[in-house]
Order: sequence, then structure tokens, then C-alpha cells
Amino acid sequence: MTAGTRTTYLNEALLPLPFCPGCGHSAIVRHLDAALVQLQLDPRQVVLVTDIGCQGLADCYFDTNAFHGLHGRSITYATGIKLANPDLKVIVLIGDGGTGIGGHHLLNAARRNIGITVLVFNNLNFGMTGGEHSVTTPPGARTATTRQGHLERPLDLCATVGVNGAGFVARTTAYDKQLPALIAQAIQHDGFALIDIWELCTAYFVEHNRFNRALLEQTMADLGFGTGILYQHDGPEYSRAYRDALRDQRGQPVMPPQPLVPRYSSPLTAPCHIALAGAAGAKIGSAAAIFCQGAVLSGLWATQRSDYPVTVRSGHSVADIVLSQDDAFHVDTTPPDLMVVLFSEGLKKERGRIAHLSAKATLLIDAALLPVQTAARVVPLDFSTTRQKKETWALMALAALLEHTGLYPLEAFREAAALRPAFAEANLAAIEAGLTLLT
Amino acid sequence: MREFIDGAEAIARGALDAGCTFFAGYPITPATPILLHMIRELPKVGGIAIQAEDEIAALGFCLGAAMAGARAFTATSGPGIALYSEHIGLAIMAEVPVVIVDVQRMGPSTGGATTTAQGDIQFLRWGTSGGYPVIVLAPTDVYDCYRLTQRAFDLAERFRAPVFLATDKDTGATRATVESARFERVPVRARRLADPAGPFVPYGVERLDDVPPLAHLGGPHLVRLTSSSHDERGYLTKAPPDLDRLNRHLAAKIEQHQDEIALVEADLQPGAETLLIGYGITARPVQEAARAARAKGERVSALVVRSLWPVPEDAIRAALTGVRRAIVAELNLGQYRREIERLARDDQEVIGVHRVDGTLIGAEDILAEGGLA
Repeated sequence: MTAGTRTTYLNEALLPLPFCPGCGHSAIVRHLDAALVQLQLDPRQVVLVTDIGCQGLADCYFDTNAFHGLHGRSITYATGIKLANPDLKVIVLIGDGGTGIGGHHLLNAARRNIGITVLVFNNLNFGMTGGEHSVTTPPGARTATTRQGHLERPLDLCATVGVNGAGFVARTTAYDKQLPALIAQAIQHDGFALIDIWELCTAYFVEHNRFNRALLEQTMADLGFGTGILYQHDGPEYSRAYRDALRDQRGQPVMPPQPLVPRYSSPLTAPCHIALAGAAGAKIGSAAAIFCQGAVLSGLWATQRSDYPVTVRSGHSVADIVLSQDDAFHVDTTPPDLMVVLFSEGLKKERGRIAHLSAKATLLIDAALLPVQTAARVVPLDFSTTRQKKETWALMALAALLEHTGLYPLEAFREAAALRPAFAEANLAAIEAGLTLLT
Repeated sequence: MREFIDGAEAIARGALDAGCTFFAGYPITPATPILLHMIRELPKVGGIAIQAEDEIAALGFCLGAAMAGARAFTATSGPGIALYSEHIGLAIMAEVPVVIVDVQRMGPSTGGATTTAQGDIQFLRWGTSGGYPVIVLAPTDVYDCYRLTQRAFDLAERFRAPVFLATDKDTGATRATVESARFERVPVRARRLADPAGPFVPYGVERLDDVPPLAHLGGPHLVRLTSSSHDERGYLTKAPPDLDRLNRHLAAKIEQHQDEIALVEADLQPGAETLLIGYGITARPVQEAARAARAKGERVSALVVRSLWPVPEDAIRAALTGVRRAIVAELNLGQYRREIERLARDDQEVIGVHRVDGTLIGAEDILAEGGLA
């Protein structure tokens, strides 16, 4: 033995292990220790991640890093650790209970091919809470919650992760003398690795089912569950694949500002609330944003609050805008001073507010939607002869609004509409077309 | 320089300026824009941003990453906070710094995805087993979204604890003109790491309210982290003295530093009879109502609470001093009003202005409720 060679990764001062006499957990822990000895890893580069279940006590007995958490969630912490530091050897010790409650994480870790090693301490039942059935309990087995014999099919953990992308998958028992070498191989595998290690729970499963090692192996065979290495292939490990895929993003400007330099002015004297109501998919929000940007270019302060249903391109879309000369983050809480209503969806949503508009308010509305009940002054917008697409109608109507009210200069609106070069031409054409809407 | 941006963008900028290096989240309206910003922006600074398989995994990834050296961040809405619950507990118990945004939507349950509310205010405080304290900040506008996100990162490091930003659909998604120069950059402290040369005791503290220095997984020390009741070395324990010390420590490290965490804006008028109180999206109408009432000759004070938990009790008591009544405006049926009632004297009336119909409270509603209109 050379100086510095480790003969164990267990903290011998804390032994013996806390498991029941004959429990397979003790054997697996010893095998894991033997695997670590074989690999001679720096213990500071090893993280044992555990969760709830008797196997979750094991991390306390190792002189490595340890992260112990909630039932079935060990795979999530392991994933986060590996993502943040791909150089670490991250080993999850999970029970069959954990693979049930954390099945979603197991499946996705395999699918993602994150480079963690999952050792399943599979004793076919819940040992810590009193011998209840788990997702791996064989059919017919008696447990605290299946007293007449289990009616469900057990989860084939290896097949499940195997067909979903895991690159190293094996099944064996805690009594397999080759287990240390197998665990070492799993730890050395670059991507996601899982070993389903069957064992005996002497406190419950053995007692309830007169179970033994021969029956354990027989059950595997009866179920047609293969043993040994069942899947083995290489694929890009996720934490490195992520870094490789996004390397060219590095150093790109982070959230570059989109400055708006005021160089127009507005005659507005008091905060003005403008509601623009229309249909989802008709670029109501985009038009409202351009309108607000035009206001900012005119020295005004704008807020734009949106209302929309959970659907995406159906139903209404409403933007409530407040323009003011002060920067008080005014958000609309009073009835609109100006309202623009387009499309049947906009009218349907806003009939109530339209009916309650005051006589001082102005309603610009697609003439085709008239008549409506309102005290406001109605300004019909004539879209009947336009050849503009409906996605531009909101911009058109806002151009008409500016022409009608003089809230701020049209030139500022045009400048805002041209801010995104790809849309400039279409937007400017819409604004010009909008100026013909007032009859 | 002026810009026209929303709260989500300001939160993302705040996180990036605070040195965030890791984000994991799961799409949920109305918090998704933060996920999208972080997915797009974090790789530019060499960070990692990932969509997890569910919210439980999202926060689990963050906690693992934080202990491997990342500054971790996540964002969700009420139904996601429900799924975060067990990992909020882990962050408290294992003392993991993490910043969690709750862009509140209407509840209960799936509620109204695109409808604003402030119904999670007590849920955030009491949302995990055990009842131990957390820190919750509430931004009032786009500037606050930027500033308080950074403050949240700073407090997460200071206290090795989960820190929430409680915003809402309309604070997160409303776009507003901002003057970029007023984006106040808050210095975010460096992570306090254990001396690489010295002995390391994972949860060793001298005084109950001390915060143990942290060591990263993969660093110079062997690190033990656990969600289970532990002694100062991070080993499981059932020994009453260890449990008592641990649990009192988890409470003391936050509660004894209320004043350090407190963020309130008190606009007190001498001789005021009425104190108006708001937070988040109701801050602005409270301040507007105070101005309007004063213009009419009423004597009115206003208090905006930006640190909801721990309750800034001293500041609230000071603001309550001398008034006959307090009026609390919030988009729920009186969740924070309970805290004000607890702090008010018996002869002080506490009135709520509450809305749960998805519309906002305006200054006029507060004035009407207070007979100040």
C-alpha cells in the first residue's frame, strides 16, 4: 500500500452501521465503500445524496460530502449539484420507496442523462415506516398495506430508466460479490447510471413472506427481470452538454437596454387612462407598447397593464394604458378617459366599461360594432374599405386616436413604430392607413 | 436614459446584477417571463438556467446547486409555491441561500392564472412544516422589482436562508417607463465561506442568532447538509439540548435581526388620525390617497411595507403611534391586516380595504372606506 492510499471511506469511529441484523443495507454500504476504495477518489470530490428511508441513514457513516433531503427528492439535489459542478462524483442512495415518490425525477434524470450514479436499495417494501408496499413489491407479497397479497405489478426500474436514455443500468442483489466492481463501473460512467440492488428487509418483508435469498432471486426470474448490466452506452452527459451547447453565448451583451430618448413633447396636463380592447392574436399588446413608447419619446411616463384569458390566440386582449407628465407609476384604477374598441371579442369583454363611461370620455370604435350603449362621445372608425390585415388594426386605431386627440405628436408614434426594423415598414403603413379611419 | 420595461425584466436584471449564476424553474403563468429571461440571459454570464420537470425539482436543483457554489434563483406562482413547500423547509433547515419569486395570481388552487391577487402573503410565511421564519420582500413598482431582487440575494447570503420576493401579476407584467439612472444597484455581499485552512463545523455557531459560514460541496472541507434535525456537525440527533439549540437558532437568526431586514417607507404627518398601510401593488394607491386626503385638509399618514416577513414590528408600531385608526389595503381578505391588528393598541381601529375580484384597489376606494373622500 502506498502512502496516502485510503483503505476505507467509512468513518470507523461511528460504526457499527445502524441497520437491523441481516438487513441488506449493511452489505450494500460495505460494497459502496469497497468501490470507493477501488477508485481512490478524493472524498471532497464525492457527494453522497440521500433521502428518506433506512438507506438514508448511510451517508452519516461516510467521510465524504453528504446532502440528505426529502423523500424521493435526492435525485433533484444531485442534479443541481452536478449542474453546478460537473467535476463532482455525485452518488444517490435511494430506497425503492424513494423511486416511487420520486419516480418523476428518476425518469427525467435518466432522460436528461445527467451524470449521477443512483444506487437503489431495493428491499421490496417500506422498512422505516413498518413494512408497507412500495412500487417494487412483487405480486402476491404480503405487506402491512397488502395483507391479502399484493395486487399490483412491480415497477421494472431498470427497464424504465433504460428505455428512457440511461447509459449504464444493472440489476443484482446485495449478495453479489461483484457488486463493488459494478458500483465502481457505474460511478465511472459519464452519464446517468443506475443499479437496482435487490436485498432482504429482515424486519418486515422476510417476516411477512417467509422470504430468503433464494426466493429473492426466484422472484426476479419469475418476473422476467434480467440481471447484470442491462444497458450500456455512451451519450452526452447533460451538465457538460449544456455548457458545450451554450458556450457561444458567453460574453454576449446581457439584457441590453432599449433606450427611448424624449425629443417630442405632449400637451397632456393630467394623467390620462386609455383602454385598448381587442382580440387575442391581433397584436393588441404590441400596438399598445408602441403607443406607450411613442408617449415616452414625447416626454410622458407610461404604464401598460394587460388583461387576457388563459387561452393564447382566442378570446379578448385588453391593454390599459396610463400616460402622465409625472413618474408616479400610475396604474389604471379609474374608468378610462379614452377607449378604443375593436373586434367582437373586445366589445364582448368591455361592454360593461363602455356602458359606464362618463360623458367626458371618448370611445373610438369599429363602426361595424355599433350601436353600443354609452354616455361617452362615440367616434366611429371605418374599417370597411381598409385592405390592412387585422393584426394591424390596433396600430391603425391608435394612430386615429392620436390624430383625434393630439395626445402627443404622430411623429413620435411613427418613430416608436420603426424601433424594430423588421416590423418598421408594416407598422408605418398601418399608421398611415389609420389616419384615414376617421370619417 | 428612459426605457419601457416590465417587472419581470427588472427582476431578471436585478438577479443578474446580484451575481445570480443558477436558475431552475417550471413554466407557470404569470411567472413564466422570468424563466424565459433567465434561460436566455444566464448562459451569457457563464451561468446555468434550466426548465425542471416540475416545481419540486426546480427548487431541489436550486438547493443542490447553491451548495455546490451557485447563487440560486427560481420563480413561480401560488400553485408552484405549494409544490415548493417541502424544499422551502429544506432551505430553512439545511440553511441554504436561495431566492424565490412568487408572482401571485388569484387562488385558491389553480384559481385565476392571469388574474392578480395578494393571497399568498400568509402562505409564504407559513408554507412549510415547523413554522420557522422566512424573509419576504414585496416590490411596489418596476424599480423595486430590480432593487429588492438584489436585496433578496443579499439577505439570502446574510442569513443562509430562503428569501422570497412577493410580487403579483400586475406588478410583474405591467410595463412602465423607467429612468435607468434610478435603478439603484444594491451591493450584494460575497458569500461568507469557512476558512479553508481552519477547522470546519458545518452548523457551528457561537450565538444562537449567528449564521454559520458555508463551505461548498467540492471545496476544501467535507460538508454535511441535512434536512433532518441535526447537531452542529450535521449529524442526525434526537438529543433535547441539540434540538433546542437548532430550532431556536433557526428562529433567532431571522427574528432577532428584524431591524436589519426591515424595509418600510413611512410618510408620517404630525397629528395624523389615520394611518394608511399598503404593500406591493397597493402601495401606490395608499400614497395617492394620503396626498389626496391631505389636499382636503385631513391629517393622514401613509406606510408602505416592503419587508413583510419578519414583520417590521418596531416600524409599524412607531407609525401607529398617535393615530386613531389604521386602514390596510390589500388584494386579499385581510391577511396582513391580522399583523397590524396584532400590533395595534386596543383603542385603535384597524379597517381593511380588500378586493378579491381581480381588479385593483384605487386611491378612491381607500378614501371612500375611510370616509375621506
